[in-house]
Amino acid sequence: MSGIDHIHVPEPDTPLPGLSVNNDQGLIQWLSSVDHKQIGIMYLWLSVLFILIGGIEILLVRLQLAVPNNHFLKPEAFDQLFTMHGTTMIFFVLTPAIFGFATYFVPLMIGANDMAFPRLNAFSFWCTMFGGFLLYFSFLAGGAPDTGWFNYAPLNQYNYSSSKGVDYYCSGLLLAGIGTVTASVNFIVTILRRRIAGMELRKLPLFVWMILINSFLVLAAFPSLNAALAMLLLDRQMHAHFFGPAAGGSALLWQHLFWLFGHPEVYILILPVFGIFSEVFPVFSRKPIFGYGIVVGSGIAIALLAFGVWIHHMFATGLGNTVNNFFAASSLLIGVPTGVKIFNWLATMHGGKIRFSVAMMFAVAFLVEFTIGGLSGISFAIVPIDWQLTDTYYVVAHLHYVFIGGSLFGLISGTFYWFPKMSGRMLDEKSGKWFFWLFVIGFNLTFLVQHALGAMGMPRRVYTYPDLPGWGTLNLISSLGGLLMGISVCLFVYLLFTSRKSGKIAGDDPWDANTLEWTTASPPHLKNFKHVIPVKSARPFRDFKRPDDADWKREGEKDE
Amino acid sequence: MWSIERPSIFNTASPQAEKIGAIGNGFLIAATAMFLLVVILTIYICRRFRAKPTDAEPQQTRGNRKLEITMVGVPLLMVTFFFFWSVKTMSMVLPPHPDGRTPDIIITGHQYWWQVYYPANKIEAANEIHLPVGRTLLVKLKSADVIHDWWVPALGAKMDMIPGLNNYLWITITRPGIYLGSCSEYCGEQHAWMRIRVIAEQPPQYQRWLASQAAIDKVPRDTLVAQGISLFMHASCSSCHSIRGTTASGTVGPDLTHFAGRQTMLTGMLKVSKKNVYQWLSDPQKIKPGARMPKFNFAPDSLRALTAYIMTLK
Repeated sequence: MSGIDHIHVPEPDTPLPGLSVNNDQGLIQWLSSVDHKQIGIMYLWLSVLFILIGGIEILLVRLQLAVPNNHFLKPEAFDQLFTMHGTTMIFFVLTPAIFGFATYFVPLMIGANDMAFPRLNAFSFWCTMFGGFLLYFSFLAGGAPDTGWFNYAPLNQYNYSSSKGVDYYCSGLLLAGIGTVTASVNFIVTILRRRIAGMELRKLPLFVWMILINSFLVLAAFPSLNAALAMLLLDRQMHAHFFGPAAGGSALLWQHLFWLFGHPEVYILILPVFGIFSEVFPVFSRKPIFGYGIVVGSGIAIALLAFGVWIHHMFATGLGNTVNNFFAASSLLIGVPTGVKIFNWLATMHGGKIRFSVAMMFAVAFLVEFTIGGLSGISFAIVPIDWQLTDTYYVVAHLHYVFIGGSLFGLISGTFYWFPKMSGRMLDEKSGKWFFWLFVIGFNLTFLVQHALGAMGMPRRVYTYPDLPGWGTLNLISSLGGLLMGISVCLFVYLLFTSRKSGKIAGDDPWDANTLEWTTASPPHLKNFKHVIPVKSARPFRDFKRPDDADWKREGEKDE
Repeated sequence: MWSIERPSIFNTASPQAEKIGAIGNGFLIAATAMFLLVVILTIYICRRFRAKPTDAEPQQTRGNRKLEITMVGVPLLMVTFFFFWSVKTMSMVLPPHPDGRTPDIIITGHQYWWQVYYPANKIEAANEIHLPVGRTLLVKLKSADVIHDWWVPALGAKMDMIPGLNNYLWITITRPGIYLGSCSEYCGEQHAWMRIRVIAEQPPQYQRWLASQAAIDKVPRDTLVAQGISLFMHASCSSCHSIRGTTASGTVGPDLTHFAGRQTMLTGMLKVSKKNVYQWLSDPQKIKPGARMPKFNFAPDSLRALTAYIMTLK
């Protein structure tokens, strides 16, 4: 770890000031920071900012859809709002939240004092942030993108979308993409080179494992997106003809390039969350993870298979049965390593002593919600079912069960789990439980009914709909659920703001946890570690606390 | 007339949709079983293993080889089963079409309407699609601008309409009725009002409809109508729209031959009526913002004349 100590960082050598910017060196300290903990916190606040913006956007959309033939929003506004909602939530809420936790906790969990490249780390964050701001600048520059978050050609061409929106979409995502790629390089080097002595790969905490796998996934997937965005910018700005069929380009080429990135992206947003759950379930069940090898192995399997499934977004484009069958097989196959993890976590809980903190409640709810999202996902791998249901509200339901019931539940669970470490204070558990129930009920009200709407023929991305039997009622339920989610997210953000000042003092190890981050002060000092406890298993802190029953002592024992 | 069928993937009216419905139901059963397994296990484990404050740490089991193999093996068998079922269904729903077979109908997606062409009879229509019951039809799908998607849930698979490519679909309608569907690929501002209305008729009625479509509109002699005709042909209308038997032969907008014989206008947005046509002509962008029809600032008497003419196109 030498070298890191000598890098000049402008912070004082005292505990970090929690999540507040009111400290001795003020805002300048945050702006100039290369400390992984401060950068991690900034990623997380960025994601909170954007979840509020993306949330307001979708509440307006749901308000428009609450009743049939509504005139609340003009179609032009509606199209910009749903496009920005999707783009924001994926690129500027889920991604920065995942990277925030990873930036903060990867070094702490592997016994390092910072990332391998602290300045690159700051660069990644600022690229992501300015990418988001650039995208949003489009509202002031003549209109936000209005072509959907996957921005199909040739609708994305200048003839069909002549506002500057799509150009800002390209440049904003390119900039944020640079941040994502550099951050992933940083994670890979940090994890491979900066682990404390004794932490072999098979003793790596599962969250760190998933970030490692995920970073490779990013490195392989993002070039495809970045290339597509650059080509689209050329099309729009310099009259190239990559995607315009009228001039000899190919409309489907965009879909291939986009989904070659886009499907791995789905796993990029879920694998780290699987990592968070693989920390939360063992700690709150007070047992080691069931099948460490399977959890890691299935993560790797998912990452490899992720690049062979993208055509399942294109089953209705007429590629022919042979191609479709190949990708149906790969897509069904990828469901297996994803599904098996559910049983890993159930088996982890089985025989445990389960403590239902809010973090654990979200983890348990995730098991049920993600099963719904996973199963509806399998239905898209069965091509004939996909032919009926793709591009309907059934897809909208499916992807929200995956992105919210999966990714967001995991990030919230991680927030309740790690907030004490980051701020030194507990996130209020009692209000947290209120938030949990409001959010889970609101979420299911919003999206469960959308499965039915899809099966009843409602296509996605319509700004209004005719008054067909049942459509009005189900949409109204969905909108009310959305409102409930909106209220509960406000409660959550309020909790975050208040708890960092007035929450109960947490102590260094409030959950009796297993990994190295809990051996530091809460919040950790600028220099994470003076000494690190010996690492002889995947649960070094537990070994340290219970030397007689240490994991490494039973290394030789066979598992049943 | 026939009743409008409730759109749903379970309310099937073609063997293609039925085959898809069968595998859909099979999947629903398997998925429900899987889901219940997870829910029951979750509830059981949460109740059974809830910690009491005084509890010591439980036994530290770390895995179970047999259970792990089952966890991977059973889902693997299930998806394999569905894969083969899927392959079988696909080859029945969408077999490759024989070379040289003329499609029974060619549908072209436009922003934001459907162009319909019957090659055997050389008849062009728009938006409302009449099809015969009991025949296996080869449908050719194209696009004139961006990607659209053909989807009528009762009739089976959806299929994208992609500029520069030709896609095909087989449809065999089993009973007469009106089947609703919609464009299912986001195609711009008025994607919402790109509804599909398939009117399925017994072959004799269908033949009669074809014959009536082949005929030229019989326009009554009337000064208001005559004024409308002259406006239509000399103002810009005729450069975008066609009316067979007249000099209007534009191909940008929907063919208006027998327009007044249709049930709906603006691709399913409004019923065909004098009032709706009048309002549409007076300010198209107010009624369907983003549609390709510009506002022409006609005087009220011109609007009345045009409306009168268009409403005679039965």
